[in-house]
Amino acid sequence: MALSGLFLVFFLGQHFTINITSVIAPDTFNSWSHFMGYNALVQFVLQPILIAGVIIHFVMGFVLEIQNNKARAIKYEKYNGGANASWTSRNMIITGLVVLAFLGLHFYDFWGPEIAYKYLEGNPEDPTRYYHETVEKFEPIWRTVLYVIAFVLLALHLWHGFASSFQSMGINNKYTPAIKIFTKIYAIVIPLGFIFIAFYHHLNPITH
Amino acid sequence: MKLNLKIWRQKDAKSKGHMVDYPINGIEGDMSFLEMLDVLNEGLINKGEEPVEFDHDCREGICGTCSLQINGEPHGPDRLVTTCQLHMRKFKDGDTIVIEPFRATAFPVIKDLIIDRSAFDRIQQAGGYISVNTSGNTVDGNATPINKHAADEAMDAATCIGCGACVAACKNASAMLFTSAKVSQFALLPQGRIEAVDRVQNMVRQMDLEGFGNCTNTGACEVECPKGISLENIARMNREYLSATTKG
Repeated sequence: MALSGLFLVFFLGQHFTINITSVIAPDTFNSWSHFMGYNALVQFVLQPILIAGVIIHFVMGFVLEIQNNKARAIKYEKYNGGANASWTSRNMIITGLVVLAFLGLHFYDFWGPEIAYKYLEGNPEDPTRYYHETVEKFEPIWRTVLYVIAFVLLALHLWHGFASSFQSMGINNKYTPAIKIFTKIYAIVIPLGFIFIAFYHHLNPITH
Repeated sequence: MKLNLKIWRQKDAKSKGHMVDYPINGIEGDMSFLEMLDVLNEGLINKGEEPVEFDHDCREGICGTCSLQINGEPHGPDRLVTTCQLHMRKFKDGDTIVIEPFRATAFPVIKDLIIDRSAFDRIQQAGGYISVNTSGNTVDGNATPINKHAADEAMDAATCIGCGACVAACKNASAMLFTSAKVSQFALLPQGRIEAVDRVQNMVRQMDLEGFGNCTNTGACEVECPKGISLENIARMNREYLSATTKG
């Protein structure tokens, strides 16, 4: 759980780095996206590892949740969970489920069409299409809003999950306070950045 | 002080329990929580009713026998104290106090507020010891030099009284804080290193067999622990477990 989570945190940073270029430098976004889409190492080694990481993370999350529910078959009449633990730490399953549902939408929006374009329809390479495709996706307000909601829940998931993964791997030492501060910064900056990108493209559509 | 108590009543392990309201008068702020329950029971006995059964022993906060989930928190709203050391001055006149047993599948209710915590004993028996030759050639523990910092940390871990508040507080009913304290108190000392690999594997296996939940690092256990056992012990146990797994 911790290892797959940390791997996904790392991936998130890389994903954000590429996405932010769609705001700063669309040409760079196109070339980096094209590289990611056609590099054999990325497509046939890293992409399957990423998908495996996502599957392992949420399957283990469900298994842990089921086991944890069994561990307290009879619930408390009164349970003051907020007295001793943060909301984010107690509701990882909720924030995680929202992020998982978002992944379904995200795959439907981008990954599915990309796989169809390249491997099913056999279209020729076009290194200039990515920026347009991305910006067009954010034209409808409903999609932008759904993405923003998902990013807020992602922030809450990261708020606890990132630092927690170090504890699970046995790392609790003099660097732990720094890890916790970095977690808070990361949990705010990355999702806020994704929110900014979604709104930016919604407010700056491509005029035909 | 006048209070309204809502207490879990359960005839025996097989019966279904339910909450019962008990209004109570004349409670002094200087009474301990258990003394307040004594007053309640005295009244119940005088009326010919069955008293509320609850665990208690030393009433000095060192034996780990008392438990009770009080208003949704193990050992009540105070910090670093057991229920026997919780005083009624922490409550206000007219308060409603909900009193339940510690809830965990691995801690079945025996009667009313009394639970069976023998799962902890079995975890301890699985590896919470060191093998010492006591046939007349016993080596003096003080003859082995121990780093002061390690000795202090081991002593801190050893202060766990096994009350089960960590399990009760954890939303997953995880026993990781208890087990990790028992692993740590030996893992930190040279005498404990000899059986370290088997110890952590056996104790974690027993913990899982007992049906405790998984640790998701909410930190509730550390906050509610009456002895202030630190989450660092869980990280240490995770390191020990990882290391033991790679060594086989």
